Amino acid sequence: MRDVASILPLRLADVGLEIDGRTLLANVDLVVAPRTTTVILGPNGAGKSMLLRLCHGLVAPTSGSVEFALPGGAVAGRKRHAMVFQKPVMLRRSARANIEHALAAHGLARTAVRDRAAAALARFDLADLAERPARLLSGGEQQRLAIARAWALDPDLLFLDEPTSQLDPANTRLIEAMLADLAREGRTLMLSTQAPGQARRLADRILFLARGRLLEDRPAAEFFAAPAPPEAAAWLAGDLMD
Amino acid sequence: MTEASVWTACLDLIGGTTPGLWPIVALSLRVTLSAVLLAALLGLPLGALIGLSRFPGRDAVVIVVNAMMGLPPVVAGLLIYLALSRSGPLGGLGWLFTPTAMIVAQALLVTPIVVAITRQIVEDLWCEYAEHLASIGLTGLAAVPTLLWDARFSLATALLAGFGRASAEVGAVLIVGGNIAGHTRIMTTAIALETSKGDIPLALALSLILVSLTLAINAVAYAASRVGARHAG
Repeated sequence: MRDVASILPLRLADVGLEIDGRTLLANVDLVVAPRTTTVILGPNGAGKSMLLRLCHGLVAPTSGSVEFALPGGAVAGRKRHAMVFQKPVMLRRSARANIEHALAAHGLARTAVRDRAAAALARFDLADLAERPARLLSGGEQQRLAIARAWALDPDLLFLDEPTSQLDPANTRLIEAMLADLAREGRTLMLSTQAPGQARRLADRILFLARGRLLEDRPAAEFFAAPAPPEAAAWLAGDLMD
Repeated sequence: MTEASVWTACLDLIGGTTPGLWPIVALSLRVTLSAVLLAALLGLPLGALIGLSRFPGRDAVVIVVNAMMGLPPVVAGLLIYLALSRSGPLGGLGWLFTPTAMIVAQALLVTPIVVAITRQIVEDLWCEYAEHLASIGLTGLAAVPTLLWDARFSLATALLAGFGRASAEVGAVLIVGGNIAGHTRIMTTAIALETSKGDIPLALALSLILVSLTLAINAVAYAASRVGARHAG
């Protein structure tokens, strides 16, 4: 288990986001507690990716506040959370160089960069692929590398945007097992998914978003026992939603 | 003129019977490669910067840079001539009619090509990389080294295009260099001179050497970037 003075909880208060007059998120209040796995569910275009980007600081809210539990809030936490994107961004370098690049960007010294990258490759079973060009890896290997690269940065909080949406069942299982391990070692996870089964397997807590609004924020067990808003129930039942 | 006389001239040149060939080839390469190097040092970061930044008037800058790719060499030569002439702002440097002036003039021709192509390549790559780089804290200028490095094989094309323009032009180097034998004479100015003197075989032989060199440099660069690209993915 990791023992660090955490940047968590992360608090969002009355967060709204408008781009070009379109409301992408409105009145979002939520708290991300340390050592939890939060799963965001909802149809396409509900604002799941945007909510993750907002929490990660890639997008600034047009109203409300996003604050980490550190002096300086969002800014102070900048280097202690990391994000894995839906389509992993692979630099035109080897797998190892992809990890080393991120570590160097975080200001680690040269030997620390090498050691940490080697540790990340070993931990995510990528050592054999270390010198291969990252862009020539398979989809599953690329996603594993993206997670290894994020893990190497030793984040308190890891954001993942539909981490298995482009993977087959075998790779999905592999990634889910890795995420469960990360949760067990005390990292806080926040991920979006289109797969209710994945949410059941990983989530401590469910956020249900539709049309930019947070309709549901409950412990996972409760949510799956009796999803309250009709949108969530319909979505879980497999209805097509607008 | 017969075909045989071209080959005789060629063999005489290469065999060293015609004096002064190799210094001319060497000076040509020195001037052109220095100009491309200078243009790369200026143009790569500048192109990347324009590719990444958004400011009022950016479109105008892009259009001007693109248009500068078509700057006639004689005009570039004239501008550098005016700047370096005794009464010009940089006259004190004493560069006029030296290889240095030729390098500056060719760099002026090559830099817009490097800037324009680099801007396009970096902008495309930035679209792909932006979120990841922002996520690991590389925003704005801090992203430039990563983008230039990852685009290196595409950027080689920009440098080759620049090399092509510099090695082919005659107008700029003629104006600022003066085509002084043994001092500022390079292959293109020598070809122009021999043609006007009526020594067509010699002009053709020089042309053959110039084209062969260009072909060889491009072949090596292409092979190197193919091998490199395969390793980088």
